Amino acid sequence: MRTLPFLNILVCGIGGQGVMTAAEILAQTASDLGFDVKKTEIAGMAQRGGVVTSHVRIGPKVLSPVIAPGQADILAGFEVAEALRWSDQVRPGGLIVVNTQRLVPPVVSGGLYAYPDDPLAQLKATGTTVTAVDAAEIAATLGDRRLINSVMLGAMACALPFPPGALENKIVARFQAKRPELAVLNRQAFAAGSGVAQ
Amino acid sequence: MTMVAETMTAKSGSGARRLLSGDEAIARAVWESGTRVAAGYPGTPATEILESLAQYSGLHTEWSVNEKVALEVALGASMAGARAFCAMKHVGLNVASDPLMTMTLTGVIGGLVIAVADDVGQSSSQNEQDSRYWGRFAHVPVLEPADSQEAYAMTKRAFELSEQFETLVILRLTTRVCHVKALVTPGERVERRVPGFTINPARWVMVPANAKKRVPLQLERERKLAVFGESFDLTIDEPGDDRRAGFVVSGPAYLHLREAFPNAPLIKLGLSYPLPLERIRALAATVDKLVVVEETEPLIEGELRAAGLTVYGKDILPRIGELTADIVGPAIRRLIGEPEPAAPPARGPAPSVFPRPPTLCAACPHIGVFHTLFAMRRKVVIMGDIGCYTLGAGHPWHALDSCISMGAAMGMALGIDKAGGEGDAKKAVLAVMGDSTFLHMGMQGLLNIVYNRGNVTALILDNRTTGMTGGQNHPGTGHEIHGLAAPQVDFAKLCEALGVKPERIKVVNPYDLNGLFRTIRDEIKVPEPSVVITNQPCTLIGEFVRREAHQVLDDKCTGCGSCMDLGCPAISVRERAEKHTADGEAFEATYTQIDARACTGCTMCVAACNHGAIQPIANTAAAGSCC
Repeated sequence: MRTLPFLNILVCGIGGQGVMTAAEILAQTASDLGFDVKKTEIAGMAQRGGVVTSHVRIGPKVLSPVIAPGQADILAGFEVAEALRWSDQVRPGGLIVVNTQRLVPPVVSGGLYAYPDDPLAQLKATGTTVTAVDAAEIAATLGDRRLINSVMLGAMACALPFPPGALENKIVARFQAKRPELAVLNRQAFAAGSGVAQ
Repeated sequence: MTMVAETMTAKSGSGARRLLSGDEAIARAVWESGTRVAAGYPGTPATEILESLAQYSGLHTEWSVNEKVALEVALGASMAGARAFCAMKHVGLNVASDPLMTMTLTGVIGGLVIAVADDVGQSSSQNEQDSRYWGRFAHVPVLEPADSQEAYAMTKRAFELSEQFETLVILRLTTRVCHVKALVTPGERVERRVPGFTINPARWVMVPANAKKRVPLQLERERKLAVFGESFDLTIDEPGDDRRAGFVVSGPAYLHLREAFPNAPLIKLGLSYPLPLERIRALAATVDKLVVVEETEPLIEGELRAAGLTVYGKDILPRIGELTADIVGPAIRRLIGEPEPAAPPARGPAPSVFPRPPTLCAACPHIGVFHTLFAMRRKVVIMGDIGCYTLGAGHPWHALDSCISMGAAMGMALGIDKAGGEGDAKKAVLAVMGDSTFLHMGMQGLLNIVYNRGNVTALILDNRTTGMTGGQNHPGTGHEIHGLAAPQVDFAKLCEALGVKPERIKVVNPYDLNGLFRTIRDEIKVPEPSVVITNQPCTLIGEFVRREAHQVLDDKCTGCGSCMDLGCPAISVRERAEKHTADGEAFEATYTQIDARACTGCTMCVAACNHGAIQPIANTAAAGSCC
């Protein structure tokens, strides 16, 4: 039996961005490939514009579903300030894949708090590898902002211990039967994300 | 863990493994167990158990109006010989505790399992409490799974235990069991015969003469369960080479502990009440120190001390929140004198990022209510309740003064009214709650206001769903748990039946800010019970109709910021600039913009703008992004 590697993936963003769906697809793919997997999130009031994080742990045998502080191998940040918020959870030398989109909450827009100055530059100063993707722009160009999800998964695909095509096929399979046109779009979004990462 | 998996595979044949949350795994096991009746009330993190169960056929699944009713429905089914199931969050079992404390005397016929989910870490609850107390209080067994596969296996065994000992069984979950997805190997449903109810007053009519005879039986059952627990196979002894510390552990804390100490000997409690004292004594005899790792209260720890064992527990571990590996690890290492592994090089200070608190959705009908209440803030005391509208306590409305328990706003409002406080003499008292909460436990409070001649204005925010838990049906929605049509309660008629005068019951459109303000202002002036019911649906349900998006016309916007005070998340600041009044006084102008993708055309901001600067986007195709 081949040895399966351990991997801690932390996915973060805002309610409604597809964070949990992305984590679900990662976990399903890992499961299909024979990994043990656990996925957990705390998203009590996420649909109300709050912060969402999802922990995906894969390996030969996963015990705790929670990634220990500072032990994430990959951080997938669906919003740039959210990526910064969780950046200290990434181990030194880890990977941060970040959607450079800025989503300003009412407390910032209303003047109670400031949005961080150049969060991308701050991410790049954390001693990790940073892949920056304008996933919102790519998704908008393709015609559906819900495609952010597939762009982000494409951008992190090369860092995952999955054979080529496994993750992409899992995404496409979600739409193939009922919405084949969305399957095509998601494949394009995935490819665009992969292209940025290379 | 491995043992559990093997047991299940042997039982259920060659089922393919599936990625299921704890909630989904329990639903699957409930269905496979041949359960005929399942009831509950939504509550994070347990909501998805019944939602998932509703997708299976062959059983009656219902949203009950509250947890007490749900448990009584389950008890009735059990009395008829059917397997029955109940799901609720921790505070729900407080509500259901009245039948719980007596049905433990009657016992059950068909297996009856209560899944109760503790929100350890308090991600979305008003308190953090330990439902394992109910096992001790009611003298009933408590099972504690650690993950989805165990939740599945223990649910199935819980039904067997329930029938074997004729007792209800509590399945104690935590957020980290309910909402973690892990691999489960499911089986198939086994149908069971339901014999029907047998009249037996000595068993079911709990008048004192009958109930007194049941108390010794209840205690005898508890003693037998303790003996059973000594050989229960879902309580697992895991030997280990490291004898410096041995552990007694339950629930998901087991996984965190194992991660931190892979080689320590331990007993993982499947049945965590009654405790298998002899097994624990045997472990204690072989290790230097015995440590109890349990989340929240020191229940096991206290019982082991009472049994004469020397144990460590909450003296070295936190009593609040989850016991993750990074918390358990250092605490235990300090206890056994093991140095901490070398810390990774310091990363500098943690990044400083603004908070992103949850807020009401764009076009949420509650926005109009709290904007209005903010406008009369100094003249009202606002008793609040549990639901999305609790967010009315937050920025920018600050228009909700309490949140305690389901339906509490009514009683508390009457209390404030009757206290007659000097500082409240010129204030009106309001009670604010949603439709589902009103039906859960609020209507009794309104009846009480009427009966006791209170001067309270009750606001019932009817958005036709149980919003905060993700949109579940209730008797006010016209649909049942499967989405099928159901009799729909008429809130105005219900309030009238409770004794509120018909002329004191007003149904208003919360998007009509002026109308809403006038209605509430008029009703709080009347010195008798009155009810204002808002009538627009939650934006997240199918009934909600999206209308044309609006925009701020830059040439008309004066920067007054009035629309920002509404608190709609679709409105944001485009530009701030220093301006001067005609008198030369400096002020900061706040020019705004509307996110056309988020705007649904509810028009509340149109009413909030005194300058006609907010108008529909004529050509929606041209609507662009603006954040």
